[in-house]
Amino acid sequence: MDFFLSRYRHLTVLLIVITAQLLLIAYQVKTNKDIPLIRVWAVTAVTPVEQGLELVRRYTWGFVEDYFVLLGVRGQNERLRRENGQLKIENNYLKAELSTADRARALSVFQTRSPSRTVAARVIGNGTGANSKVVFVDRGSTSGVESGMAVVTPDGIVGKVVDAYPTASLVMLITDPTFAAGVVSQKNRVHGTLKGQGHAECLVDYVQNEEHVDIGEWFYTSGDDRIFPKGFPVGQVTAAPNGKTFKEIYVSPSGMQGGAEEVLIVLQGVHQEVPGGEVASPAYTILAPPTESAAQTPEGALQPGALVTDADRLRTIYKDAGIEQKHTYGEGVPGSKPPDFTKIPSVHGVPPPNAPAQSAAAQTQPARAQPAQARPSAPNPSAGNPSAGNPSAGKPAAPAPAKPKPLPSAAAAEGDDEPGSGTTPGQPSAPAPRKTPAPVVARPHPPAGVPASGAPDNQ
Amino acid sequence: MTEYTERLLTETPRKDAADRLRLVWLVVIPLIAVLSQVYVPRFIPFLAYLELPLLITVHFALSSAGPIPALFYGMFIGLVQDSLSHQPIGMYGIVKTLVGYFAASVSMRFDVQNPVVTFVLAFFFYFFHQFFYWVLSRALLGEALGFDAQQTVIFGLLNAAVALPLFRVLDKLKVAR
Repeated sequence: MDFFLSRYRHLTVLLIVITAQLLLIAYQVKTNKDIPLIRVWAVTAVTPVEQGLELVRRYTWGFVEDYFVLLGVRGQNERLRRENGQLKIENNYLKAELSTADRARALSVFQTRSPSRTVAARVIGNGTGANSKVVFVDRGSTSGVESGMAVVTPDGIVGKVVDAYPTASLVMLITDPTFAAGVVSQKNRVHGTLKGQGHAECLVDYVQNEEHVDIGEWFYTSGDDRIFPKGFPVGQVTAAPNGKTFKEIYVSPSGMQGGAEEVLIVLQGVHQEVPGGEVASPAYTILAPPTESAAQTPEGALQPGALVTDADRLRTIYKDAGIEQKHTYGEGVPGSKPPDFTKIPSVHGVPPPNAPAQSAAAQTQPARAQPAQARPSAPNPSAGNPSAGNPSAGKPAAPAPAKPKPLPSAAAAEGDDEPGSGTTPGQPSAPAPRKTPAPVVARPHPPAGVPASGAPDNQ
Repeated sequence: MTEYTERLLTETPRKDAADRLRLVWLVVIPLIAVLSQVYVPRFIPFLAYLELPLLITVHFALSSAGPIPALFYGMFIGLVQDSLSHQPIGMYGIVKTLVGYFAASVSMRFDVQNPVVTFVLAFFFYFFHQFFYWVLSRALLGEALGFDAQQTVIFGLLNAAVALPLFRVLDKLKVAR
């Protein structure tokens, strides 16, 4: 040391002096972060050494340590996997419980608010048919369930009861190939027949290619089939291409979304209005109000070209008969002899002896004068829905609402045997008052062995 | 080897025959140099290039008996200069310490009384001083200063030119040992 200091004395002193001044600078100077420069230098000088030491430790002792740590990882991993699996199962169970509770609550709310009388049921099993889409529900005849009853959920229709056993019922889902129901579109009021296809989507058949159906448009039950009350949602249109004769409208059933677990069986359905939607093609036109001159026309005098009803024609016939017998209407006192109307040809089929002039009109009018007798007064419940069949076929007509002139669109669905063959909205039709259909669906009573829909029983 | 070169290397170094400055001058001259560097440029901006403290340090180192007194002297002048600057104290101190040390070391081997040698040493140490100060400023303080070598060379030549008469004057102040 003495040798070193004596030989390099000048250099040693220089280094000491320089170092002292460096420390002096470091003491004074602070960095932008207000850290003394001496600390920055110290950290900068020390940290590389620490990093090097840490690097050495990591690749030596750390490697050995990791090896021993990894020995227990396999067991820990298996344990965590088991725990994760259990948690997944528990999570799924809780989700299912929550979903069930939600559905049950929604079902309860819907059941309370729906005007139809329903009974809640739970799907307890599937049918055994290869292509059939049927399920068993836990409500049967002891709960008032009968064949032909509609099965719905708050989201839409699900199917219909095809067999009712004491404690269970067999429900044909709307996806069954033999299922059919009358439906109407929300926006354009297009009537058709919903048919199952055996898969997720259903087909709305018997809709003319000229009809307009939008993608995404909702279909509702029309009530024509007398199974499903009017106004229940069916599903949304997913595709509506034109076919050879009819449109091929595919509908995604809304009541089957996610599978139906809890359902409602409609014991007594009540028609509801199809929720709002603009009518694209009005079924009738409002005529202009009568002119003032028409209002001043004497009663009974029919103007040429004026609209003549059957009542007007009957009135004319009776008036003519009275005139022949020298009877003036409105002048006969009570107790006087009334005119003899027994020989009115339109009533008894005997032509009036002295009334050939009334001829043509008089001979043809009677047949048209009694439309209620000439035509079935009750609309065919399955009209427009041939596959749905007519459960009351061969029976007297059900008490029918007085519908003097059904609307063209309604006529297409109610009065015609061939769907789509009725009067189209584009054809002229006499204005007729529209009468609200009977609110309560007359539940069909099909003969034994014949399904309510008229479709062959697949069971 | 020419006669001139041989004489440069074999002549007796300055410290052997040089007289010593009085202690008063050793204190007063650096102070005057530093103060002149502070005040003269205010009135004569052109003279801002003069680095009188450096020239004083070089002169003392070249005439000193060894590097140690020279480095302390350089340190002293540098610290005084630092005390009047906005830089941390020690920057000029370190640079002038090194200048004093190296100048004293060089003076042991060359005839520093030769005007050419004096001119070259003055130029060299000016350049070294400026360059080393720039290095320290970047390395220690992180200041992004630029180094204009051309300007430094020019100012080095000017300072070297000033050093010749200055050293003559300072030599006059020496007293025989």
